[in-house]
Amino acid sequence: MFPSPVHIYTDGSDAEDHVSSAFVIRHQKKRNIHHQTQLSLAANAIILAGVVCVWLQPCDLPSPQFTRDTLKGHSRPESSSRSAFLDQRDTLWMRSAGAWRDAGLYGLLDEITNSAEEVPRFLAVGSACVLALLRWASSFHGSLFPHLTLSSDEMVAEFSQMLDWSDSALRSFAWHPHTDKFAVALLDDSIRIYKSNSSATPTLKHRCQRSVCALQWKPLCGSALAVACQSCLLIWHVDPTSLSTRPSSGCAQVLSHPGHSPITSIAWSPTGSLLVSASPVDTGMMVWDVAAESAVPLQRVGGGGVTYLSWSPDGSRLLAATPSALFRVWETRMWTCERWPCLKGSCQSACWSPDGGCLLLSMQGERVIYALTFSDLTGGSKAASVVADLSETSFPGPDGDLTVGGEVCSLSWDPRGERLAVLLKGDSQAVNHPSVIAVFKTRSSPVFELLPCGFVMGEAGAEPRFMQFHPHFQHGALLTVCWSDGRISHVPFYFSSAGLLGGDSPQQALASNTADHSSNKLYTEQIS
Amino acid sequence: LAFIHQFCLRLKICMKCGCARPDSHLIYFQVVIWRAVASIAWSVLLLPVTTAVFVLLSRFSLFHPIQWISDCTSLLAASSTIFSLVVLCGVVLITGFFNLEFYTLVPSIPCSRMALLGTVLHPRQCVHSLVYCTMGMLVMWCASVTIGGRYSTLGTTCRQSESGEVVTCLNEYHLFILLAGAFMGYSHSFLGVVQNMYYVSFQPIQQYKYPRFKGCLPMVVKCSVIQALYSARNFAAFYFFFGYAPKTWISSTLNLQIDSSLQPLDSLTGLLDLSLLYHLSISGTFLYLTWYLTVLLFRIYVTEAYSFPVQSTFTEDAEQSLPKVLAEKNTLVMKFLALQDLALLSQHSLSRRLEVFSLSQPGGHAHNWNAISRECLSLLSELTQRLVAHQDAVASNGRVKSQSTPRLSVPLRTPGSVFKSSVGGANSALTAPFTPDVDSPFSSPAIRRLVGQQDPQSPCFGTVQSPHIMRRGPKPWSASTGLSHLVAASFSEDQFGVVQTTLPNILSCLVVLLEAVDRHFKLPHASSKPVRTICSMGDSTYKTLRFLLRAVLKTTIYKITTTFGEHLNAVNISTEHRKRLQQFLEFKD
Repeated sequence: MFPSPVHIYTDGSDAEDHVSSAFVIRHQKKRNIHHQTQLSLAANAIILAGVVCVWLQPCDLPSPQFTRDTLKGHSRPESSSRSAFLDQRDTLWMRSAGAWRDAGLYGLLDEITNSAEEVPRFLAVGSACVLALLRWASSFHGSLFPHLTLSSDEMVAEFSQMLDWSDSALRSFAWHPHTDKFAVALLDDSIRIYKSNSSATPTLKHRCQRSVCALQWKPLCGSALAVACQSCLLIWHVDPTSLSTRPSSGCAQVLSHPGHSPITSIAWSPTGSLLVSASPVDTGMMVWDVAAESAVPLQRVGGGGVTYLSWSPDGSRLLAATPSALFRVWETRMWTCERWPCLKGSCQSACWSPDGGCLLLSMQGERVIYALTFSDLTGGSKAASVVADLSETSFPGPDGDLTVGGEVCSLSWDPRGERLAVLLKGDSQAVNHPSVIAVFKTRSSPVFELLPCGFVMGEAGAEPRFMQFHPHFQHGALLTVCWSDGRISHVPFYFSSAGLLGGDSPQQALASNTADHSSNKLYTEQIS
Repeated sequence: LAFIHQFCLRLKICMKCGCARPDSHLIYFQVVIWRAVASIAWSVLLLPVTTAVFVLLSRFSLFHPIQWISDCTSLLAASSTIFSLVVLCGVVLITGFFNLEFYTLVPSIPCSRMALLGTVLHPRQCVHSLVYCTMGMLVMWCASVTIGGRYSTLGTTCRQSESGEVVTCLNEYHLFILLAGAFMGYSHSFLGVVQNMYYVSFQPIQQYKYPRFKGCLPMVVKCSVIQALYSARNFAAFYFFFGYAPKTWISSTLNLQIDSSLQPLDSLTGLLDLSLLYHLSISGTFLYLTWYLTVLLFRIYVTEAYSFPVQSTFTEDAEQSLPKVLAEKNTLVMKFLALQDLALLSQHSLSRRLEVFSLSQPGGHAHNWNAISRECLSLLSELTQRLVAHQDAVASNGRVKSQSTPRLSVPLRTPGSVFKSSVGGANSALTAPFTPDVDSPFSSPAIRRLVGQQDPQSPCFGTVQSPHIMRRGPKPWSASTGLSHLVAASFSEDQFGVVQTTLPNILSCLVVLLEAVDRHFKLPHASSKPVRTICSMGDSTYKTLRFLLRAVLKTTIYKITTTFGEHLNAVNISTEHRKRLQQFLEFKD
């Protein structure tokens, strides 16, 4: 399905032996349950061999590009368009009703306070007092949870997995878990669906579809796509056989719950039976039975909301990150949770190993990757361990020194568990310090290992904003990257899986890998 | 006390009947009755808490907080409060008993307004309403005693205006509160019918009882406040128009004077008494909260997962084993619990799955798997037949039907009920109201079963694929595995045989059902969504069961097709079915 015209990407296999012998430090944990590898980018000269700039497209996967100019974002909110009209004084009743409708209790109180000359004095004073009290309470609440002071759009931008969400032409991206199609949410609040071998791109638009923050296709289903919007949750049913390019809004189910917006993260259970949604303003996450349109709230005090959800591939656990320095891991049998307080920032991104036994996490502002292990027999680890240190290191690149490393913004693990992509934030002020995606080889048995494999960088000026692995690429792994210039590109990694060869010993797997890549070139041309 | 006595008597009779019944009912008594008793016990234990909150709220005074607190503390220890608590316990016991008696797993949906009227006027329902009216009055009496002040007694001393002598007058406030209790009791009983209050549905996720209770508590409080406000408004209007009649009747029967110096309550100025309305609302909230909490606890306890043994070691326990309970016809709740257990074990418990796939020990028959799959398949095919029968009925007089069921002009006639009623009509099953309507096709047994149905495939497929690969794979590798591996391999081979024989049946059954459901959605009204209710204790999930059924069916088939993949071509099924499955393989459905 994906003919490989040139073998483009190096896996750095030739360097592998050196890496594992010279720079990878293994140490066993006290309880002897889990071995881990700590790896540091610093002083690792060998990784240089893997520095490549890749720009390629497997033939039949669509890789569209969107620019901000062609997409018209929705204009200002309705309230700000008021200035374009002549001021018309309504009666107090009309204005109060309007304020109540537009802005709720706050608006009503504000309106009464502002029109003090028309209302009885005690009412004006009373509403001013209540308003002051409410503001004080909310600022107190806001001082506990600073994210609550953000506006709805700012909150979505803050907690979206798409970096620099508000500025980006691409708002969200999702591969279908079983077929070669993906959905892209755009700046103009529309969603487009691209399929391989098909030129038809259905465009989804809905009145409620504002500020799309996350997309996910329903597993074990050909048609359902869940969309996290500013005010509600939309479930689109896009008939895969239909030729229509504009499915009507009747194909969408609207799910909403008071106090549960904006929604910043959604996760389908791997069996497709449940959908969980999270909002940074709601301390409870909603477990939806989508067909019945009913929700069970799972409330836990603390954290101030839920920002990011990730379901383990085996369906047994669910990560729920909060805006504070705390995250929870729910087990999905009886829906109880473990609390994991973090030392510093909140959990920024996370990914599960394919067997659901290992969770890699990145924290806001930190340059390391943490790992947590879970096991039904032993209960798993009691503390997260650092598995990789990704602070800045400089390498001699093709044109001058290149600084790589920084805050870990996003993590993605390929479905076979052999490649890990890490999005490292660059420094926009510095010259040679771009955002890059570092790719690691991973192996979970007999010991957990991370081996540097290479970097993925975009064209000049283009920075990676979002990445996701193709869920079922036949010949290895396929990383899809959304760039800041509105481009979507696919980066294939061709390898034969060690697991499929039945390699019991790591030596055997290593040997087979090396043999497979012995003909690979280390450096590849940039193709654009 | 008389009530408690009566209740105990009835419970005893119940127990006796239960003991007289055969063994299969024993487990019903072991499980359901004990759960009901536990839920009632918890409701009784919660009473002091709710009463304390009620006392605090009823005596609330903003400007004298210390006096307020000390008043409430002394009131809580007073003998009148203790006596009220005893009466309230009786009320809770009767409520719990009614829950146990009236609960249903299959919602009863009246076909038309006349049918609804028939349900409301049914003797059984009349008794229910009467009992709830009485209980409402009792609770409100307790509330009025607790609030004290002008509400406490029915008769007060008053001075006649012309003669100046002291006589006993009727205390209208007390009467007002008591009548409100009766009114709320009746509306609770009536809304119970309309909103299917006694319908117990199983949750999509499993939770422990305490977190679930904690999660539902805000919803219950909100519902009872809203319901109390509505009832207070309606009762005020009712009393304004008809309040004169009970007042004069009571005063003439009990020979109480009517104090003419006070403002009568069945007037606009009398009703615009903020303190009265406040006390009415919080007493109503207290009343509804007591009832709703009992219902909620009952639901939580009854739907808690119960783990049946897959295979019984001893013959006396054989009735409790999963396949036996699955085949249960009489007690629906046990069947539901068994299906829920099946769904859970298929997803979460490897050891119990292995038990299902194991072979009987002498004989080597796959009794467990056969019994379970047979039961699931018969349920599915029964549902299919019912759907087909319904479609035939509609097709034969479709025009007449579609004209006779007008558009959604009547709020009660949601699409669900229209649909259901036509099916009910076709099967002539809705003759007796309030008997559990087993014939309604989209009752949740079908759904839950499917959830259970879907997954027995997946675990067996985890083990099935390995023999496939093993067969093709290199022989030496098989040969070289140790004895333990061999045992495991032969074990999985056996399983494969077990499942393979039933696989064509399962697939064709699912596909036929899916086709029937697809055809069903082409009928008028079937694909329209019901209106969402905002806040009520009644569970309205049954209205969307058909959507759930379709979604679950598709997911089930996808689950099978993705796990089996190309191996499905080797399964012996008819060509049309194969075509349909091919669509699923390509994710085109």
